[in-house]
Amino acid sequence: MEENQNVQAHQVIEETRLQYDPKKNVITVCAGTGCRAYGSLKVKEALETELQKQNMKVDVVATGCLGFCEKGPMAVIHPHKYFYQSVKVEDVPEIVSKTVAKGEVISRLFYRHPETQKTLFREEDLPFYKKQLRVVFGKNGMIDPTKIDDYLDIEGYQALAKVLSEMTPEQVISEVKKAGLRGRGGGGFHAAVKWEGVRKAHGEPKYVIANGDEGDPGAYMDRSLMEGNPHSIIEGMIIGAYAVGSSEGYIYVRNEYPLAVTHLTLAIQAARERGLLGKNILGTDFSFDIKINKGAGAFVCGESSALFASIEGRAGEPRAKYVHAVEKGLYDKPTVLNNVETWANVPLIINKGADWYASIGTEGSKGTKIFSLVGKINNTGLIEVPMGTTLYEIIYDMGGGIPKGRKFKAVQTGGPSGGCIPESLLDLQVDFDKLYEVGSMMGSGGMIVMDDTSCMVDVARYFTTFLEEESCGKCVPCREGVRRMKQILDDICAGKGQEGDVELLEKIATGVADGSLCALGGSAPNPVLSTIKYFRNEYDAHIKEHRCPAGVCKALITYSIDAEKCTGCGACIKVCPVQAITGEKKKAHVIDISKCTRCGACIESCKFDSIIVK
Amino acid sequence: MVNFTVDGKNISAPKGTMLLEAIRGAGISIPSLCAHEAVSRSGACRLCVVEIKKGNRTRIVTSCLYGVEDGLVVSTKSDRVLNVRRLVMELLLARCPESDVIQKMAKEMGIEAQARFAVDTDKGKCILCRSCVRVCEEVVGVSAIGLFARGPHKTVGTPYNEKSDVCIGCGACVYVCPTGHIEMTSTGDKRKIWERTFKMQACTKCGKFFAPVDQLKFISKKTGTPLEELNICTECR
Repeated sequence: MEENQNVQAHQVIEETRLQYDPKKNVITVCAGTGCRAYGSLKVKEALETELQKQNMKVDVVATGCLGFCEKGPMAVIHPHKYFYQSVKVEDVPEIVSKTVAKGEVISRLFYRHPETQKTLFREEDLPFYKKQLRVVFGKNGMIDPTKIDDYLDIEGYQALAKVLSEMTPEQVISEVKKAGLRGRGGGGFHAAVKWEGVRKAHGEPKYVIANGDEGDPGAYMDRSLMEGNPHSIIEGMIIGAYAVGSSEGYIYVRNEYPLAVTHLTLAIQAARERGLLGKNILGTDFSFDIKINKGAGAFVCGESSALFASIEGRAGEPRAKYVHAVEKGLYDKPTVLNNVETWANVPLIINKGADWYASIGTEGSKGTKIFSLVGKINNTGLIEVPMGTTLYEIIYDMGGGIPKGRKFKAVQTGGPSGGCIPESLLDLQVDFDKLYEVGSMMGSGGMIVMDDTSCMVDVARYFTTFLEEESCGKCVPCREGVRRMKQILDDICAGKGQEGDVELLEKIATGVADGSLCALGGSAPNPVLSTIKYFRNEYDAHIKEHRCPAGVCKALITYSIDAEKCTGCGACIKVCPVQAITGEKKKAHVIDISKCTRCGACIESCKFDSIIVK
Repeated sequence: MVNFTVDGKNISAPKGTMLLEAIRGAGISIPSLCAHEAVSRSGACRLCVVEIKKGNRTRIVTSCLYGVEDGLVVSTKSDRVLNVRRLVMELLLARCPESDVIQKMAKEMGIEAQARFAVDTDKGKCILCRSCVRVCEEVVGVSAIGLFARGPHKTVGTPYNEKSDVCIGCGACVYVCPTGHIEMTSTGDKRKIWERTFKMQACTKCGKFFAPVDQLKFISKKTGTPLEELNICTECR
């Protein structure tokens, strides 16, 4: 009986694969949210119209996010794999008549190496992609995420077929354990340990949940994965459900991610139609189905017990977790909760084997990690690198360094409650443990780069404000303590800082970290503590010298015009919203400090760098 | 029985006992505001935190929610514990400067207001412990009040701050409130609570106004006891 089932599982998956006709001549257009905002869907439409007009039968595929968001919309012309960036609708007729029809290249649409100015033809030639290892995220560019056939064509659901036909649940857990997969959502807890706990736990039903409640400012890797390759997450969840003995699953995704919700919904429907979800998956005894739960956008709902409360229909507030979720999670039943990226790693481990997977990364952190690279960085986007890649490689080799040749100051990792890492630690090999050692954390993988125009007190204030607003308000240290820290930071930035404020901040921070009910409060002081640790001089400058070294805090800076550099062009006079600038044409202008609101409009308008901020 | 030590003292307590009760039972005092015997525990006030040591690992836990364990080494006065407690008291003093309960507690603990915190003027005496919300839901069973918004904007009250249709004016919320934040005034045949005025029932025997009519009707409906029986006050019953 069992043998029959195994054969059947393989047969079903083979049949579905055979229905698929592999594409040859094809144009892929990145249709992640970023590229869509740039107009990639219009480019896709224009390509289709133009191809029809020129009587060419070439498919245009709207794929998931390619990661290089700085240069969207992107189109890749197969089979040559020419990588066109910043494509506009106006470029389309030429792309079709030259590149698609004759294989000729359009030089202006290629990416140029910023230093050598060399034209780079293919994705893999770009410095942004060169050092990446895109084993999880790279598949986004190969598929239309709304088509299950596309996923099947890239070995999709092969891991599931293998698991159902050849492996026992225990073998699956031991494979994931051997691979050393750690949770990508922040904590870095070993996935297999959770799974094992739930497998052994008493209580039915058992739940499998994907956490897609990504809420860190500037982080969007989970969104891009849910939008760009939803089946990889679903396949991982089905395998996890088989391993722990669950028949019910949830994907918790923010309602602010409409495209992710749509693509996940389509993927779940398609998987059900193919017998990959629902009763008797691939003809076996194993049944499992997934529901989507749309979150209302509270940051705290990414915390496990608040997430459970939210699914249960209660207010998203955490509870004390002295009994772990593997014993009592959703509806007080054994529950596996993993981040969407963690789930997407699972099919890879099964397909390629634990040894292969564990060969990537560092001693304690295996595999790759997707990071979102934002802030003062040339190549804004999503990257996937092996664990252990240095911050320097990420920021300079892939990220292309800091715009306008400015000086790097810090990188904030791990979301709002992560820490700011200074230049002296750029050689840090990024993994779960190393980041923790320097006072930050992996979090879900956000990286916000700051240059010398970022004030670190202001940065701490920004993140603390975010956390103040996003605290659920249940326990006193987090609700009141973070609020008080924010008030003190407000004062410091407004020039009203007092002697002893830094020490007081540290004292409150320790109490909040120790005394809070959940991990949000537990890590909320990190932005304050890490900026004090590495940038104490900036705090002192604000408090003792009433000076903002980065020229950000408005109460502590004045604007003036460098008479030697000013050409008297009048550009600043035109943009100043409060008429604070006066001066004759071709003579140096002057700013009236009593009127100036330090909005920065004049700086933007001046072509001669003549506005001085002190 | 479960055996463990608290501040170096050997203590035993039945399995399932929370640390808070076990420690207090041994004569060691621990402050708390939100743990009320009538309602389930939320762990919101954080005053009852203690430091526990299991093996080589120490951590801060909420004693009102943490069950006793064999071999546990508990400290109620470690630096970390005292730091959290002091912070919580300073934060509450700044939030509810008018609460005599908090003032008294702080005085007993030797904690003074942190001058750097500007005192709030809009929070009343409410520390958002949610005992009132829980008693209304768990004991009374009407859920007339709840918590709204989050973070610094969180408040307790009736939905949209409108007069509640389901409130029976029983005053259980007033009874469990640790700081006396909830206002209830009873004069003659009227009781005012949560912006609603309730008509009071006079005892059919002694004539004393003793409970809101709505509450007695609610109890009658819930228990099947005839209203005539309930209209006699507990003293005359």
